[in-house]
Amino acid sequence: MSNSPTSRGRFGIHGGQYIPETLMAAVSELERAYDRYKDDPAFNAELTKLLDDYAGRPSRLYFAANMTADLGGAKVYLKREDLNHTGAHKINNVLGQALLAQRMGKTRLIAETGAGQHGVATATAAALFGMECVVYMGEKDMERQALNVYRMRLLGAEVRGVSTGTGTLKDAVSETFREWTRRIDDTHYCLGSCMGPHPFPTMVRDFQAVISREARAQILQAEGKLPAAVLACVGGGSNAIGSFYHFIGDEGVRLIGCEAAGRGVDTALTAATMATGKLGIFHGMKSYFCQDQYGQIAPVYSISAGLDYPGVGPEHAALRDSGRAEYVPVTDDEAVDAFEYLSRTEGIIPAIESAHAVAYAMKLAPTMGSDQSIIVTLSGRGDKDVAAIARYRGEDLHD
Amino acid sequence: MTSTNQTAGSSSPAAPALTTPAGAPSIAAAFTAPDGTRKKAFIPFLTCGDPSLDVTERLVVEMARSGADLIELGIPFSDPMAEGPTIQQANVRALSGHVTTDDVLAMVRRVRPRVDVPLVFMTYANVLFSYGIERFAANAAEAGIAGVILPDVPFEEKAEFAEPLGAAGLELVSLIAPTSHERIRQIASAARGFVYCVSSLGVTGVRSQITGDVGEMVGHVRAVTDVPTAVGFGISTPEQARAMAAASDGAIVGSAIVRMIGELGQGCVGPVADYVREMAEATHSA
Repeated sequence: MSNSPTSRGRFGIHGGQYIPETLMAAVSELERAYDRYKDDPAFNAELTKLLDDYAGRPSRLYFAANMTADLGGAKVYLKREDLNHTGAHKINNVLGQALLAQRMGKTRLIAETGAGQHGVATATAAALFGMECVVYMGEKDMERQALNVYRMRLLGAEVRGVSTGTGTLKDAVSETFREWTRRIDDTHYCLGSCMGPHPFPTMVRDFQAVISREARAQILQAEGKLPAAVLACVGGGSNAIGSFYHFIGDEGVRLIGCEAAGRGVDTALTAATMATGKLGIFHGMKSYFCQDQYGQIAPVYSISAGLDYPGVGPEHAALRDSGRAEYVPVTDDEAVDAFEYLSRTEGIIPAIESAHAVAYAMKLAPTMGSDQSIIVTLSGRGDKDVAAIARYRGEDLHD
Repeated sequence: MTSTNQTAGSSSPAAPALTTPAGAPSIAAAFTAPDGTRKKAFIPFLTCGDPSLDVTERLVVEMARSGADLIELGIPFSDPMAEGPTIQQANVRALSGHVTTDDVLAMVRRVRPRVDVPLVFMTYANVLFSYGIERFAANAAEAGIAGVILPDVPFEEKAEFAEPLGAAGLELVSLIAPTSHERIRQIASAARGFVYCVSSLGVTGVRSQITGDVGEMVGHVRAVTDVPTAVGFGISTPEQARAMAAASDGAIVGSAIVRMIGELGQGCVGPVADYVREMAEATHSA
């Protein structure tokens, strides 16, 4: 079985454009605009200025001395995307897409959000650019991340709850695609991860690749050599692909994606797509998905609303197929332990999503030599998660 | 693409076969009057297994008896991206009864000898892909299915599905939308069975107004192919069906029927049959 010869946007066998005909004109328009502007000096100068002056880039590569000493092995560096404006890596992609949407003459941004970080970033960019903004969010996630819902409204966005399906990220993505088919002329779908139909996986990766572009130069400056490994959490996979991208050609650098195992990969309460999913077609792309034997998309679970997604971006699927990147499952328990560990050890409260990568770093670093280094991307900060972690630990704390 | 026929304009391609290689009525049969001329087709849709496959089987028989020319059988999918709330909920109801693709195929085998109209599947790419496209094509053809509609497979991705389906004697129906514009010529040139004209922007669902310029869309199709066209998305009244069938070769009605099924449950068969009769008469009078 092979892909259609006319298919565009492939990573190995993955990717493509499996979307309703109504949207093909919109994604083709986006593809043409992105091709036109991605190497345009004026566009890139404006984007760089926004990233630097507004989002606070470049983000720091912080040597976590306490963690390194405590773990006793490889030097641990943290790539501090949590220090970006709006508190996560999501702003990198959103500023790029909002600028592109403006160039395309669009006046309205729509977006899905899981944990709320991408929704907040999109609402922020819409406020900055004077655009209308509608964010779709699963009702279950609105409850888990009530503070981010209020934050989006504060920024002038309309938040629409999605009650269909499992009421989480995948349903928010479906509903945002549906909204896009209703209103295309003035509306850009600001998709938050390296997933969906072409050109989104490529475009989002390019906008997030700033993470590894900076990190590679920063680690060379600090250590004089490349790291032994780069770790990042993977839901759809945008902070991970951004963290990996400029290291893909460096064969000695292990690329490790940490996915949400929930209660464990041998339970039904998991969101570990690489560990438990199989090849499928959903949300516009061919990739790996959690699904049953008849192709029904499985309900997934993770303590982290941002990793609670039954699929993974097509470039990650291809990186796994080729063996260039490895993907490991991390449970809720391990992530919560890491959340608390980093808070106590370094005085940095990570997003629960990012804590999945920290958790694996805690296992990996002690197995390595002190002459080696690893980079762990802290994709976001954990303020939004404090109440949920308290509840996880049995304290009745609400936002 | 294995397609060899369907040329444009003045050349006159051979009339398409009225049966599939497996001996079931083909899509062309729905648009062909007994004297061999083109006729208007009324095409109702239902979601298999909503509320149960027994009711689905009775609905198919009664729809055919009430004047349906082609019946679209939805194989439920967990996340139907092109559907509005009405059909989304039908998918949820069907899946909550644990209906599987194999159960739907078994229902088709039971009902196929009881009706003389063509049957097509409407579902999503992953339902076929996870089953194995070739295996799905073989089993569907053997069950007496004439074609498949996949709303999340646009022209650029169609060969992956159209080739194995075609090899089994099934036609993959192409869709065009109000946003298709210059894409219509390319899509229609390679179309088989019929061209599904999406009437309006948005997802499936009852609409008070059809917003797309259906006449223009159909005109672009007819400029390049003799394959018939049928209009869907938003049609619920006899007046809309008549107008859409007049502008094309047929009218497709989904959400209005699925809404009745959802409201009436087990008792839906009679009222749906009455509705189909009224809509089919309106379509045939166009």
